[in-house]
Amino acid sequence: MDVFFYIAAAVAIISTVLVITRKHPVHALLYLIVSFLAVAIIFYQLGAPFVAALEIVLYAGAIVVLFIFVVMMLNLGKETSLQEKTWLNLSTWLLPGILASILLIELVYLINTQPNSTITIAEVDPKAVALSLFGPYLIGVELAAMLLMAGVIGAAHIGQRKKKYWHRFLQEDEQ
Amino acid sequence: MISNLSSDYVFLLAAILFALGAMGVVIRRNILFMLIAVEIMLNSAGLAFIAAGAKWAQADGQIMFLFILSMAAAEVSVGLALIMQIFHQHKTLDVDELEQLRGDRK
Repeated sequence: MDVFFYIAAAVAIISTVLVITRKHPVHALLYLIVSFLAVAIIFYQLGAPFVAALEIVLYAGAIVVLFIFVVMMLNLGKETSLQEKTWLNLSTWLLPGILASILLIELVYLINTQPNSTITIAEVDPKAVALSLFGPYLIGVELAAMLLMAGVIGAAHIGQRKKKYWHRFLQEDEQ
Repeated sequence: MISNLSSDYVFLLAAILFALGAMGVVIRRNILFMLIAVEIMLNSAGLAFIAAGAKWAQADGQIMFLFILSMAAAEVSVGLALIMQIFHQHKTLDVDELEQLRGDRK
C-alpha cells in the first residue's frame, strides 16, 4: 500500500510544478485538478475517506469551476499566454525560486530532525468527525457559517458593476 | 484502508507543495495565477492537518481541514470578484500595473 502513496505524491508534485509554470490559464487549472485528485488519493490513504470525497467535490469541483468561469468571463486566452511568455523569463523567477528553495530546505531539515515515527493508519470514519464537529467544535461551525455569509455578501457587493444607460434620458443626474 | 506509513513523508510532501505554492505567488505577475498558487498553499496546509490527525488517530485534523475548506471557498469567491472588478477597471491583470490603490489614472 505504501507504493500508492509514493505514486500519488509524485503525481501531486509534478502537476503542481506544472501549475505554477504553465502560461495558459486553462492548462494550469487542469493541472490543478490533477494535483487535487492526487492529494485526495493521499487523504484516502491516510484514513480520511470523507475528506477525500470533499476534496474532490469542493476543491476539484466547485473552486476550480469558479476559476474556469472567471477565465471564460474575462476572455483570457491566447493573448494572456503570450503575455505570460514575456513575463515569465529566467531573471524573473530565478531569485524567488532560490529563496523559496532555501526556505524549503530549512523546513525539510526541521522535519527530519523530529523523531521519525511510523504511523499505523486507522480509518477515522465520518461519524467520529461529525460527532466531534457538532460537539466541541460547534462554535467553529457557527463562525464558519458567518464567514461564508460574509464571503457571499462580499462577493455579491464587489462583483456588481455600475449600470450603464446609453440613452441620455435614462441617465441619472450626477451634476 | 489500514497501512503503515512514515509520517515524515507526508509532512515532507506538504512542505514541498507549500513551497511550490509560495514560489508560484512570488514568480507570477498575473494576479489570477497568484490566487491559484494561494489555493495550492491552503491545500498543502490541509494535507499537513490530515497527516497530523492520522498520526494520532483523532478526528480533529479532518475538522481543521473542513474549516480550511470553508475559508478557501469564501476567499476564492471574494478574490475572484476582486479580480473581475480589477480587470474591468484597469483592463489588465498585471500586478505591476496595480501598484496605485486609487486607480484614477485613466
